[in-house]
Amino acid sequence: MQLTLWTYEGPPHIGAMRVATGMKGLHFVLHAPQGDTYADLLFTMIERRAERPPVTYTTFQARDLGTDTAEVFKDAARAAYERHHPRAIIVGASCTAELIQDDPGGLAKTLGLPCPVIPLELSAYSRKENWGAAETLYRLARGLAGERRERPARARPLANLLGPTALGFRHRDDIIEITKLLNALGVDVNVTAPMGATPDDLTRLGDADFNVVLYPEVALPAAQYLEKAHGQPYTKTVPIGIGATRDFIAEVRKIANLPETAELPTSNLPWWSRSVDSTYLTGKRVFIFGDGTHVLAAERIAREEIGFDVVGLGTYSREFAREVRERAKLHNIEALITDDYLDVEKAIADAHPELVLGTQMERHISKRLRLPCAVISAPTHVQDFPARYAPQMGFEGANVIFDSWVHPLMMGLEEHLLGMFREDSEFHEHASHLGVSSAPAPAPIPTAAEQPVAAAPTAAAASSPVEPQWTDEATKELKKIPFFVRGKARGNTEKYARERGLTTISVGTLYDAKAHYGR
Amino acid sequence: MNESVSIRTPADGPTVHHERGQRSVFCGLTGIVWLHRKIQDAFFLVVGSRTCAHLIQSAAGVMIFAEPRFATAILDQRDLAGLADVHDELDSVVGRLLERRPDIKLLFLVGSCPSEVIKIDLVRAAQRLNAKHAPNARVISYSGSGIEKTFTEGEDACLAALVPGLPAEPATAAPSLMVVGALADVVEDQFAVLFKEMGIDARFLPARRADSMPAVGPNTRFILAQPFLAETTRALEARGARRIAAAYPLGAEGTTLWLKAAADTFNVPSENFEAAIAPGLARAQMTLARQREKLSGKTIFFFPDSQLEIPLARFLAREVGMKPIDVSTPYLHRSLMAEELALLPPEVRLNEGSDVDAQLDRCRAARPDITVCGLGLANPLEAEGLTTKWAIELLFTPIQGYDQAGDLAELFTRPLARRSRLEV
Repeated sequence: MQLTLWTYEGPPHIGAMRVATGMKGLHFVLHAPQGDTYADLLFTMIERRAERPPVTYTTFQARDLGTDTAEVFKDAARAAYERHHPRAIIVGASCTAELIQDDPGGLAKTLGLPCPVIPLELSAYSRKENWGAAETLYRLARGLAGERRERPARARPLANLLGPTALGFRHRDDIIEITKLLNALGVDVNVTAPMGATPDDLTRLGDADFNVVLYPEVALPAAQYLEKAHGQPYTKTVPIGIGATRDFIAEVRKIANLPETAELPTSNLPWWSRSVDSTYLTGKRVFIFGDGTHVLAAERIAREEIGFDVVGLGTYSREFAREVRERAKLHNIEALITDDYLDVEKAIADAHPELVLGTQMERHISKRLRLPCAVISAPTHVQDFPARYAPQMGFEGANVIFDSWVHPLMMGLEEHLLGMFREDSEFHEHASHLGVSSAPAPAPIPTAAEQPVAAAPTAAAASSPVEPQWTDEATKELKKIPFFVRGKARGNTEKYARERGLTTISVGTLYDAKAHYGR
Repeated sequence: MNESVSIRTPADGPTVHHERGQRSVFCGLTGIVWLHRKIQDAFFLVVGSRTCAHLIQSAAGVMIFAEPRFATAILDQRDLAGLADVHDELDSVVGRLLERRPDIKLLFLVGSCPSEVIKIDLVRAAQRLNAKHAPNARVISYSGSGIEKTFTEGEDACLAALVPGLPAEPATAAPSLMVVGALADVVEDQFAVLFKEMGIDARFLPARRADSMPAVGPNTRFILAQPFLAETTRALEARGARRIAAAYPLGAEGTTLWLKAAADTFNVPSENFEAAIAPGLARAQMTLARQREKLSGKTIFFFPDSQLEIPLARFLAREVGMKPIDVSTPYLHRSLMAEELALLPPEVRLNEGSDVDAQLDRCRAARPDITVCGLGLANPLEAEGLTTKWAIELLFTPIQGYDQAGDLAELFTRPLARRSRLEV
């Protein structure tokens, strides 16, 4: 039993959903209790997907436990096929359904559905989201890739891109960037999977000469299987950062036997980093935490390409613990391998970094600690799916990374300078982690009680319209209004009172004004 | 108020269709998101799986709290295989938690689907832990599991669990009023003031602090501020309290009917009642008149979600002239909804239960002007050209009472206004 406040990874069936939702023509029948449908909103809200995830949940309830949940599953699987006519179906159980041991795989088999049905064993009580995604992609590759086949010698070799999923951190744009890079190198893309692939596309996986593993967390087991079953080598370098992209190019050329003649795209990062303006970046203390792939990439960029000091390095991906520990040694620090959010918060506070590179969790930690932060890894948030093209991989990815790491630093400096104004409570509330509202701090509210009794009559005469005074109750009521509209509510109420010549503002006046100005 | 709709006797109302199929709703754990804000010294410990933790994290949206007053004790393979004694593990988790958070005065052990399927007895666990940690922290349990509880039923289970521990009001006490159901503090304060002006000292369940929960006894009369509190109603009645039946305080009319039911019970003279409600009622009517211009004649479709659907449809039909065409509620408690059903336009298609695919088909065929649905459905329906309103916002926004009536209507105006602005 582990006490958890916030989690870096969801349960394994969420990983399976990320695979299914990234694909087309695949349907996932998930044996799960009522309520597990919350997962739909991750995709429709965070990633702004315009379609529901291709998932049918059995949504069984307690009354079904007394009767036959297996029948509920079979009905749901049958109905899902009838309605969606998928080209293939994956079936699995969420944590609760795993406990009732209905065996969705076996049940689905008895239905004799007219499409391939691939069962998943998701181990909800020992595994997590990325493992679930990797397992699902592996099962799909194994179930659909077919027999090993002869591959003709090609002038332009073919590669599969493996690993991008729905809800992945910038996967959408990494696919485009790496496809462009491979094309420039003289390689064509055979299948990109799971993102954008159909089950039929997966039957063509074996046509490729080699596999590009974009995200080892998701793609490694599938790539290892394809190496064994189809004799396809796979790339080991993840092309995030200038150095890694160059290494990746060298690796692809070696695997595919390509000459070093092709003209390749370039990046601004090397010159931006060498230009004198970037001098101030030297030795900035940076704390890095996220999934294994992005953390290892960020460490190298920070060290070799921007010139930061890495004062903290860690990952929630235990499978990458060894590699992350090795890298931490370069900085004489101990790697933080944990999925306990409070441990990460404490480590960040103790390390006193000037910049945090992390996930959405670290962004929240940074807000509280008032540190600048850039997001480099899942778990993601709606803002990690920008409208613009913003890859992490390849040469354009390096440009995006330079900008997104450096901009919060400058904002951070501004925030530091503005810190001196923080005594004012309302101003404090307006402070965000990236900056501070440009609105001037409002003057304290004059209350009827505080009004000087012996106000000089001349002064009162000078400011001709008498300023209405707030009663204590009205002041208290005003404070109940959310701070982001409180200023407006206060202004409108005072205007309303002045226009009517009221001398005091009561709770009633506040709501009268609210009703008057309401939309 | 729409005069054209005649009031029929309670128990009257549209025919109810029953649907059974895939349910696209949150489970009862979701209520923790607003309940932990309401009871400010309570902590909610879910005994569940990684899915439970992930759900609450996703439903809460942003992780704005450094250390939120809720957490999940995640069961793992060791607990299931019996390598660890679940109760020993739970005792140690709770011990560490209360040591770290001495400010916590009330700890809820919240049951989940996995804890119920493997039959972890949280009632017994709560008794044992209570014996150990009371009076510093009281420990009680309830179930928020999806196999038992649909969305707002989680709040019902939580409040029902509080009832046996409420202080006893002596049989000789003067009649007292208890308002039941979590309300935003601003709404609660407004209601308290209104009741006070009528000479009634209203108390609220849940209270904002664990040690100020209201007393209950045979002279307690309670009125529900939320329509989904069937189990809490039974628990209060078991302690001798009697329910004041009323429509729910949504909109000007709903608020008046609700206040009036309480006022009549306490024999408030009608001139006192009228005087107390007049300013608020006038404000509400003014703001609603403006909204009616924008909403009148628009059709609306409700997916089943919070059990607020029927009172909302009643409000929108009678006070701003909307046309509810299809109203689904996960459960229909006829006795708690009698006053509402009598006011609902008879032509509404009313459904209890859920079959999300069938409902989507009906929604697409009807093409309503506004569809009220969960977050999983909103963007897909918008992409099909339908205008949607997120159901969950109706629980996170103060919507009850006179001074929120305009805000409530505005929640429905906004998506229409947005759609009419955009030219892209």
